Amino acid sequence: MDVFLQLTVSGLCTGMIYALAAAGFVVIYKASDVINFAQGDLLLFGTYLIFFAVAQTGLPWSVGVLVTLLLAVAVALVIERLVLRPLIGEPIISMIMVTIGLSSILRAAVNAIWGPQPRSFPSFLPSGDVALGPVILSADRLLSIPIALGVLAALWLFFRHTRDGIAMRAIADDQQAALSMGISIPRVFGIAWGLAAASAAIGGIMLGNIVGVSPNVASIGLRVFPVVILGGLDSIRGAVIGGAIIGLLEVYTGGYVGRGLSLVVPYVVLVLVLMVRPYGLFGREIIERV
Amino acid sequence: MSLECGVFHTRYEADMGLRPWPMQRIRLAVFAVFVLVFPFFASPYWLDLANQVAIATVGAIGLNILVGYTGQISLGQGAFMAIGAYSAGLLTMNLGLPWGVSIALACVMTSVAGTFFGLPSLRLKGLYLAIATLAAQEIVEWGMTHWTAVTGGTEAIVLPAPRLFGVRLNSGFNFYWFGVLMAAGTALFAANLFRTRMGRAFVAVRDQDIAASVIGVNLFRTKLLAFATSSFFVGLAGAMIAYYRTIITWERFTLETSIVYLAMIIVGGLGSIRGSFFGAVLITLLPALITNAGRALQDTAPAVAGLLPYAQQAVFGLVIILFLIFEPKGLSKLWGNVKDYFHVWPFAYRRG
Repeated sequence: MDVFLQLTVSGLCTGMIYALAAAGFVVIYKASDVINFAQGDLLLFGTYLIFFAVAQTGLPWSVGVLVTLLLAVAVALVIERLVLRPLIGEPIISMIMVTIGLSSILRAAVNAIWGPQPRSFPSFLPSGDVALGPVILSADRLLSIPIALGVLAALWLFFRHTRDGIAMRAIADDQQAALSMGISIPRVFGIAWGLAAASAAIGGIMLGNIVGVSPNVASIGLRVFPVVILGGLDSIRGAVIGGAIIGLLEVYTGGYVGRGLSLVVPYVVLVLVLMVRPYGLFGREIIERV
Repeated sequence: MSLECGVFHTRYEADMGLRPWPMQRIRLAVFAVFVLVFPFFASPYWLDLANQVAIATVGAIGLNILVGYTGQISLGQGAFMAIGAYSAGLLTMNLGLPWGVSIALACVMTSVAGTFFGLPSLRLKGLYLAIATLAAQEIVEWGMTHWTAVTGGTEAIVLPAPRLFGVRLNSGFNFYWFGVLMAAGTALFAANLFRTRMGRAFVAVRDQDIAASVIGVNLFRTKLLAFATSSFFVGLAGAMIAYYRTIITWERFTLETSIVYLAMIIVGGLGSIRGSFFGAVLITLLPALITNAGRALQDTAPAVAGLLPYAQQAVFGLVIILFLIFEPKGLSKLWGNVKDYFHVWPFAYRRG
């Protein structure tokens, strides 16, 4: 029972980081129908930016986080303007390949600037162990749950109550009608990329604290796909619940069955979900059937 | 196909030829002479690159049949090549089959596996299919590294050198002829495929699947056939790698491989056979050229040379993005532009 609880809590921690990465993916997909294969690299970029701001420049961590967020958003806006905007309305294969190209460039840039070797990071989240009843976990992992939920709640409120958030939902619903109501599509796409980069940067900051600063952080980008397909490609709520389920599943199979199997289980789930319910748990049910 | 001024065909066979015009035949002949003469002058380094290009051409044409001509996006190229390579290797190692038979059987087995992984395409389209093939890639990759009893896991499988009439085939010079033969055969097959009913059905499914089914194309059959045909050649490319290197390791067949091949057909031109070849050439030579530049800079500017591995990665991404933005139809279209320019030279009109 103790093992089970221990696994559950650590699975939820992992799952919340997946959820953060997935939320950025969902925001971009919702607004512009772009499948962002560079999400993991945005995370990686966030990790190295905080490393740069706190460890290399020596800023206090509160300022460092702010600087990281601003830089990440700035880079995302540049990417959106230079790379994504000329391709609005192109076929899916172009969109997939352009984000793959971006991911290659971002990764090369990070490696060229900071080198491929893992760096040690002056962790600023409290790192001591916390005992919750029988469960013992390091505090930084545990903190990922409230932080992620806070960010996701903020995104949810944004979509529900702000002008730009509602404009984004309008565009997702019907681009032409939104255009004719005077909504600026380029502006909304820019905001979507900015938000995605910000949530990826927060995920990156947390990953930097927990697993350290190394190019491997980007591998989380592919883990996002099972999460978003399970949760529904255009649902923030889906990202949270999908993230939690995939995180738990990985940890349970890793804990009870075998370490190797936990790598492949999310993809098996992905295939099953695609066969049974392709729009996921909370996605909109308009999927093109063949 | 537009008409050529001053060419009159008097027989249907001449009119239906793959290359009906004299100029096309001259260009082909020049290219063929180059291909035949090249290995006698090339250094082993360039021969190795040429062999890689030949293998990549087979793989890229295979992928283009599926993605460029039938419109089914696949991120599982690496997995299919792995199935081809491992089947070819294991058939020889475990059953003792001669290498030629193994390669042929490996193609058929990849074709069957491809059809199986194509089944989701009957329900899923576009993005969802792409993600399904991504999952297939991850699952096959996991199988390669964890199904130790069959694949040897992360250990490499070492094959005996393929021999033809007692001659070792896996040296650079000897493999070149095999590679060229396979690449030319694949190109010829694909060029003719799209003049048949089946090939036209592939294109119809890509352009508008509902309209295609209305005019009597069986979507179920056509999509599965596309997966089968495509994977056959992808498996051939995988088996060729296995016998060229005589060593099979899982690192050659990762998601990176799928991405590299997709880049080839994007840069070369979707739905174009010569484009597949151009893309294979460019994407294979690009890293080699950058590495050479790095060696040249080693002495004069070592700091710059140290950055070159990353430059390779960045240039790879940049090439994809620039092509998508400025020439989505790829090198094939650029080559067409060049031909058109000289076609009406010295006048400035362009055909079409």
